[in-house]
Amino acid sequence: MDVLKKVPVREQDAKVRATNFEEVCFGYNEEEAREEAERCINCKNARCIVGCPVSINIPAFIEKVKEGDVEAAYHIINESSSLPAVCGRVCPQESQCEGVCIRGIKGEPVSIGKLERFVADWACEKDVKPEGAKEKNGKRVAVVGSGPAGLTCAGDLAKLGYDVTIFEALHEAGGVLVYGIPEFRLPKEKVVAKEIENVRSLGVKIETNVVVGKAVTIDELMDEEGFDAVFIGSGAGLPKFMGIPGEQANGVFSANEYLTRSNLMKAFQEGSTTPIMKGNKVAVVGGGNVAMDAARTALRLGAEVHVVYRRSEEELPARVEEVHHAKEEGIIFDLLTNPVEILTNEKGWVSGIKCVKMELGAPDESGRRRPVVKPDSEFVIEVDTVIMSLGTSPNPLISSTTEGLETNKWKCIIADENSGKTTKEGVYAGGDAVTGAATVILAMGAGKAAAKGIDEYLTNK
Amino acid sequence: MYKILEARELTTNIYLMEVEARRVAKRCQPGQFVIVRMDAEGERIPLTICDYNREKGTVTIVFQTVGAGTKKMGELKAGDSLHDFVGPLGCPSELVDEPVEELKEKSILFVAGGVGTAPVYPQVKWLQKRGVNADVIVGAKTKDLIILEEEMEAVAGNLYITTDDGSYGRSGMVTQTIKDLVEEGKHYDVCIAIGPMIMMKFVCKMTEELGIPTVVSLNPIMVDGTGMCGACRVTVGGEVKFACVDGPEFDGHKVDFDQAMKRQQLYQTMEGRALLKEQEGTTHHGGCGNCTDNN
Repeated sequence: MDVLKKVPVREQDAKVRATNFEEVCFGYNEEEAREEAERCINCKNARCIVGCPVSINIPAFIEKVKEGDVEAAYHIINESSSLPAVCGRVCPQESQCEGVCIRGIKGEPVSIGKLERFVADWACEKDVKPEGAKEKNGKRVAVVGSGPAGLTCAGDLAKLGYDVTIFEALHEAGGVLVYGIPEFRLPKEKVVAKEIENVRSLGVKIETNVVVGKAVTIDELMDEEGFDAVFIGSGAGLPKFMGIPGEQANGVFSANEYLTRSNLMKAFQEGSTTPIMKGNKVAVVGGGNVAMDAARTALRLGAEVHVVYRRSEEELPARVEEVHHAKEEGIIFDLLTNPVEILTNEKGWVSGIKCVKMELGAPDESGRRRPVVKPDSEFVIEVDTVIMSLGTSPNPLISSTTEGLETNKWKCIIADENSGKTTKEGVYAGGDAVTGAATVILAMGAGKAAAKGIDEYLTNK
Repeated sequence: MYKILEARELTTNIYLMEVEARRVAKRCQPGQFVIVRMDAEGERIPLTICDYNREKGTVTIVFQTVGAGTKKMGELKAGDSLHDFVGPLGCPSELVDEPVEELKEKSILFVAGGVGTAPVYPQVKWLQKRGVNADVIVGAKTKDLIILEEEMEAVAGNLYITTDDGSYGRSGMVTQTIKDLVEEGKHYDVCIAIGPMIMMKFVCKMTEELGIPTVVSLNPIMVDGTGMCGACRVTVGGEVKFACVDGPEFDGHKVDFDQAMKRQQLYQTMEGRALLKEQEGTTHHGGCGNCTDNN
């Protein structure tokens, strides 16, 4: 064994997995997990804990894995995280816990994410549940949205003894975990549903099919339904389009629509009642994680897929691991390429995407080199489906129907970073609704901070 | 689960259901809609609200069986339940926000096409309750497809019924009746047209000629109905709008109907396939010409 390297994780073969929706990564077995755990040197001032947005006591749980007491490891993780099976799979560990691991200075960092995943999957298999509150405190908190921020906030408050109800607009709880991230990265039945069940087992009630702002307002929740505080974790679900000619043509989808059809509505399964355009040749516009998810979904539905991105590979906002997986599976990357028009046939269907070539100029305010159009570089990629994955912004529905809740110019709710406190008393917010589209783990960190903020507020009230 | 208290067929392939949905019933307004999912495997189907009873906590929906999903839903009986029922969605009709005194000054015309009679009904009823008597034109292909006639009669100022084949009421399209009424000396300040896209398009052409401002309620393909996907996007006055959150009602003279109609065709073959599979089951061997499914 090479102590400088991670114990490799078993994966489905790229050629095989490109044709199915089964999970790509198989995860560690007990033996592999223990071997990897041995690489952790149990630092006194563990930097990995600081790198984790929810501050899991990483060395402590890894020690338990070394000892073979996986159940104890699970309870250590659960003190800080309500969704370990999710986080172990979708966190960008390279820029968080693993990014600061001492082992990473010389060699590869400890595979913290895969170990967390192993512990969570083991607990799920053995039906080990998180430990709930000993006593209820009689206070009620409403949580708007059942995504990572809401689930975390609800889980933490329930552990503190609060009576928590989550209100979810869709028919299923989980937010982006159920409608956004595909099955092959995050299995829905095996992982997401089980973790949500765990949050429920803490006493959290989940009411689906409630669009807050339409069926009920925040003010009504507090004044009429008797909630002492509200947490808003409604996310950033409003898709952006480019505004180029032809964008309303048949065959142009937002990544949100495409992924919702496939993930939430199960359109990828044979016999699904919700249809999806399979497409023969698909262009996905954008370079983030959502673009990778949409591209890899379209590929599995049988299409040839091009990722069209206006900057170079170095600037791709997606995780390196995802880009690597996408390439292995046969996704074609058309970099430094920007769409200017979507072409249609006489029936109004997409027939191609007209693009220009770009080159990188001087860095802009964000420090990234600004792409500049190459003169006379227009060309056409023939495609029958275009998926726009240009990012999302918060839906103004809640902010526009809540008296005294202020937003910034991007319609993001203004909230204190450390407590989640908004401009309205008793109302807290966190996750993408506050920051704009970010990551699952940052939303969880915000949900956690808000739970602490709400607890302090209601304790002192 | 949302319990069905009443279920009946109004006419061939058009069904009415009264459903227990406390939150929706409490807040819904004329012009809004709901999204329904029949069972755990079902798709999300947008349906207009036909009536509501705040005390009872019920919402009445009317739907036409056009595809596999709605066909299966038509078989449900009182006592059965719908798996999901979410709403109210979309913006209420603009009429709801106007001062009643101003509404009383106005001469309002509703034009309902086929199953579009259902969403017109709560608006006319809402107005009638406030002492505003609006005229209503109800059009259908043939006599048997006229729905809610008695209900509409009870709330409308004047009710004009027209059938394409002349089997009942006036003969011809709704546009002809609009023209006739204006020629007979009627004046209308505003027209609200709800029905098939093609009907709304031609009503708008007619009212534009007659100089009557017109509101239409669009029915594009939807998935979530809360603004997160853009499946329902339409172009209105050159701008892209999401019908589920910005609408469903828009200025009919600004809607790009041709584009909206093309977008409605998006899944036509797939819907046809699903319906055939449903109807013919294992006996379906690709008879539709498009279907390669040989199960």
